[in-house]
Formats: sequence, structure tokens, C-alpha cells
Amino acid sequence: MLIARVVGELVATQKHPSHEGRKLLLVQPLNLDGSNRGDALVAMDSVDAGMGDRVLLATEGFSAMTSVGRPGSPIDMAVIAFIDRIDVLPDAL
Amino acid sequence: MILARVVGTVVATRKDARLEGKKLLILKPVSPEGKDEGGYVVAVDTVSAGYRERVIAVAGSSARMAEGCKDIPVDTAIVGIVDDVRMD
Amino acid sequence: MYFGRVIGCVWCTAKNPGLDGQRLLLVQPLTPQLENTGRRIVCTDCTGAGAGELVYWVRGREASFPFLPAEVPTDTSIVGIVDEVHLKTSPETPPSGRKHSRKPPPC
Repeated sequence: MLIARVVGELVATQKHPSHEGRKLLLVQPLNLDGSNRGDALVAMDSVDAGMGDRVLLATEGFSAMTSVGRPGSPIDMAVIAFIDRIDVLPDAL
Repeated sequence: MILARVVGTVVATRKDARLEGKKLLILKPVSPEGKDEGGYVVAVDTVSAGYRERVIAVAGSSARMAEGCKDIPVDTAIVGIVDDVRMD
Repeated sequence: MYFGRVIGCVWCTAKNPGLDGQRLLLVQPLTPQLENTGRRIVCTDCTGAGAGELVYWVRGREASFPFLPAEVPTDTSIVGIVDEVHLKTSPETPPSGRKHSRKPPPC
């Protein structure tokens, strides 16, 4: 899983039917020091995360699709937790 | 599987119900020599690993084959604490 | 999933039979600010997306799910057409608690 920040939301009407009823978030994966790590990704939301929230991102199909309650759906990333706190050893930054 | 060291924890109360009671640790991949490699990953702990310990972690859908990770949304699981690495 | 824009189409006469009848679209990955990023890729499509449209796509084994029970040998599939993108207006400002008050201005 990766730590990410919600930076946007997508609205899509024409999409795979199994995606109906779930929020699509634009999330920016973060490094441990808080800087951006690579490009922003699109993830389906399972915890009602909002703009600016720090979240845990599952980047594997089964985890993603079952956490949003859509098994067998074409989903490869999902926000599976809302992060309250992160503790890191200083030498890891 | 990757070699990594435990460098942190993530606390999340609002999360997928199947993650309840699972410890989330931040891992930094390390070389067999023990040097930090790039990046990090958040993993579910199945072996009670602690800070600074060197561990092995399995990634991808195989992570759910680890004991205690059946059918939970996890893509990286810590499956062992490394005692020693030897290279020929 | 990933965010991008359809920039073209790929035609193949000789292809794996599993790809018969599939539209192959050329997609440019984008940042949330709609700037190009990364290499352009070829995607199968289950939405009827066309050139110029903003889309999101899925990668990996899940990319073949929209076509089941047909087994389509694809690892990238467009699964939605994006109508609007909502961004936080000042990405630099750290959020104070949970905020759900935002709205346009989109792209």
C-alpha cells in the first residue's frame, strides 16, 4: 500500500457499469517526507475520503475491488483507509 | 519477496473493516548488504515485526496467501523477520 | 487507475484473435492539471471513448474484466469517460481537518 493525498475528484457518467455509485478520486502518492512520488492516480473510494485527506492506497486488483464492494470489476486501485497518524524513524526520511 | 527494514507505522481508524486489528508498518526496501534502496511501501504485519528490524515482505496478490491475510485488502505483507543474510 | 486523454487510434490487421473487434486507442497520461506526463500507451476500450476525450483506465489483469467471458489479451483498458475534474484550488495549502466544501472550477 502507498500513502497518498486526495488532490481531486473525477466525474464520469459513461463508465463501466460496475463503477456506478462510487466516488472516483485523483490521488497523489507521497514519499515519506511528504513530497510527491510519481504521477497522480485515479482510485475508487471506500472510506468517504475528501479533498486534501491523507489516505492509504491499495494498488492491487483484488484488494481494490473487494474493498469497494465490486468483486470482478475492472478496478486496480482503491482508497482503503483514512490515515490519522504516521510515525517514521528520522533516518528513513 | 523483498528485503526491507521497518521504519514507521501508519495509524488509521476509518478503514476497510477487514483491516481492523492489523498492524500497518512502513517498510523501506534494503539491499542484501543492508543499504537503503529507493521508495517505501506500507505493509500489513503478520509476524509482529518491530522498528528497525529487517524483514521479508511479499507483494501483489500473493500477499493474501500469508497467514492472517486471507481475503483482506492487502497488497504487501510482512512474512518474516530476517536473522541473517549470507551471500556467496 | 490512471488518468489521461485519448489522442488516437491504432489499427492492426494481424493481431491475436482475442483482440478481434476491439478498438485500440492511443492514450496520453495526464497530470490532474491536464499536462502530459509519461509515455503514451495503447488501451482497449469498453466505453466508446473517442479522440480528445478525457478518460481513466485500469491496468493489469483487471483490464480484461470488462470483456468477460471473452478472454481478451489486454493489460490496459479504458473503463470510464471523464466529464469533469474537480481540483483543490490551492494545492499548496495543507488541509485543516476534513473539508468537503469545494466545487469547480474544473479543467
